[in-house]
Amino acid sequence: MANTETMTLNMGPQHPSTHGVLRLVLELDGEVIVKVTPHIGYLHRGVEKLSEHRTYHQILPLTDRLDYLAPMSNNLGYILAVEKLMAVEVPERAETIRIIMAELTRLQSHLVWIACHALDIGAMTVFIYAFRERETIMEIYEQISGARMTSNFFRVGGLSQDVPDGFVKKVSDFIDVMPGYLDQYEGLLTTNPIWLKRTIGNGVISAEDAIDIGITGPALRGSGVDWDLRRDTPYAGYEKYTFQVPVGEKCDTFDRYKVRLVEMRESCKIVRQALDKLKPGPVLADCPQVCYPPKENVYNSIEGLIHHFKIASEGFYAPEGEVYQGVEAPKGELGFYIVSDGGNMPERLRIRPPSFINLQAIEQMSVGSMIADLVAVIGTLDIVLGEIDR
Amino acid sequence: MGIEILGLPMMYYIAMVAKVLVAFVFVLLTVAYATYAERKIIGHMQVRLGPMRTGWHGLLQPIADGVKLFFKEEIIPSQASTFAFLVAPLIALVPAFITFAVIPFGGTIEIAGYKIPLQIAAYYDTAAGQVYDVNVGVLYILAMSSLGVYGIVLAGWASNSKYSLMGGLRASAQMISYELSAGLSLVAVFMLSGTLSLSKIVEFQSGLGGFEWYLFKQPLAAFMFFICSLAEINRTPFDLPEAETELVSGFCTEYSSMKYAMFFMAEYANMVTVCALTTTIFLGGWNGPLTSAIPLLGPVYFIAKVYFLMFVCMWIRATLPRYRYDQLMHLGWKVFIPVALVNIVVTGIIGYFI
Repeated sequence: MANTETMTLNMGPQHPSTHGVLRLVLELDGEVIVKVTPHIGYLHRGVEKLSEHRTYHQILPLTDRLDYLAPMSNNLGYILAVEKLMAVEVPERAETIRIIMAELTRLQSHLVWIACHALDIGAMTVFIYAFRERETIMEIYEQISGARMTSNFFRVGGLSQDVPDGFVKKVSDFIDVMPGYLDQYEGLLTTNPIWLKRTIGNGVISAEDAIDIGITGPALRGSGVDWDLRRDTPYAGYEKYTFQVPVGEKCDTFDRYKVRLVEMRESCKIVRQALDKLKPGPVLADCPQVCYPPKENVYNSIEGLIHHFKIASEGFYAPEGEVYQGVEAPKGELGFYIVSDGGNMPERLRIRPPSFINLQAIEQMSVGSMIADLVAVIGTLDIVLGEIDR
Repeated sequence: MGIEILGLPMMYYIAMVAKVLVAFVFVLLTVAYATYAERKIIGHMQVRLGPMRTGWHGLLQPIADGVKLFFKEEIIPSQASTFAFLVAPLIALVPAFITFAVIPFGGTIEIAGYKIPLQIAAYYDTAAGQVYDVNVGVLYILAMSSLGVYGIVLAGWASNSKYSLMGGLRASAQMISYELSAGLSLVAVFMLSGTLSLSKIVEFQSGLGGFEWYLFKQPLAAFMFFICSLAEINRTPFDLPEAETELVSGFCTEYSSMKYAMFFMAEYANMVTVCALTTTIFLGGWNGPLTSAIPLLGPVYFIAKVYFLMFVCMWIRATLPRYRYDQLMHLGWKVFIPVALVNIVVTGIIGYFI
């Protein structure tokens, strides 16, 4: 008499392909997955709670550490929410540089995605290639902010400083060569029969289900929903740029892969447009109640020093009220919801992390398939645990 | 010279020991430096340098790796089945090495008036004036390579870890099913050669200046045999049993120290064997121009061909993603076996009429 029972397999938090410290408890029938239970919280740092005891300026470095593969996107989301609350106008140059950096960040995040996704499915070379290109973006990061990952570059009202000489050339050169590199990845993957076998029909989620769960970003567009915050609810000056929003049809891993690749090409185009728009000018709003004073004032005048000290220690008092600002981060809609009671610290800061909500789809996308498919699904959802656990 | 033991001249034993030593050391060194070559070749394919620090261009890296692994702590999981856990690496390693016994790596050379065929399990009968080797050499190899599966299955089972178990299960299913199609694709060659003796098979390919290879007569069989062999030795794109991103390290997840090194050596030794076998059966073995004039060129050609095939293995590893378990089974049972069978029938029909 055949007596079959399922096997429980604990995958993670220490596992090569759970992208950090995700822990999945799998119920397996042989190799076939019967049930997936994600266990999260291994990287919880309490960013939302910490934010209630930080001034608005002091919260910014915490946002670097949400989605650590796209620090500037997080910075941008938070900064925009605070600027909305304070009604600060940003100078044009700052706005343009923000767009450049946000799109480079998208490129960087997608590069890490394609690297890890390909490695999960077994294609080792793409991993190294993509990290080679990411390195250039990291150098640009370092050049402008001094840090490779925890950039903390944007400020409420603009930027912490202007970009150094050579920035435009470096970005421009990179944008010129990037599409060629994308062709290289596509040459290794898009026409590879094994890659097609592994991705087509894998992790299917219909448009209705995707909307019900609340999936956003490339994962949603891969399911055929034409929704991009940059185009549909423009922020940070995105309405001045023209770009395509790629949409998939078959709702599977391969379509999400194609969507992200097209997005990378579109990002290059946006950066090119922004570079053409870039004109000299101030990079910080003239709004002394909120913004830090220019550094030369701080070093050379007592008034500047006092001003700096006040902003750094006490911060600024926000009007009572609440704002929500969502941005199209590389992984989906990253939202910051700030409730202010009129103090210099938020009463409550709620972060809507795209990865956390996209992860909810994992059960639907992987039940009935095999362990190897689950690994591909984790890759295609493009999750980052720093953001999920906050 | 006149001493005879068990009816064979003393020289026979000396030559035998020498051949065993040479072949064994050659395979061991190749295994060690295959790891280095793989890291270097894949490194350069991925626009990086690979090992550079240990010795000139990292040449001492395999030795450093060996020493490191040797001094690592020996860990046996408390719930493991200790005996099977200890024996498994040996079962994996030994067949990988002893398969080399029947592979001819050169022609017959003459030392001090005694003719020595360059194949471990072979001798030259002076009275008959003829080389005798294992006349079922291919069967021996197929048998030995199936033994290697036990090592992996035992390792997976004895570790008492779920990842290991799944790796072991994958390995057994994969190796057994691909052995079938590998064996079947070889049958087409035997229909041409009429023998299972590897030295005879090499001899049959010596025409056309050493280029009358079975690869040209049986391209489909050659292709299938090589692919199936890759699957049998768990190389990319069929490295499912140790699929790092899925099963952590598969059957050897719980192994450390020299026991892990043994699995590693077995894997590379298997690669050497498979490449040597493919060379012997399809690429004319040690045949090549001028081998009859200079017999020592034989081993050179043989090694060159083997190394070329190993390079192809590494190249494949750098290029291709990994198959999924069911896709792998589908490929083995529903594509390769039918194609191999059709190949046999077609070979038979053509052979009958020509």
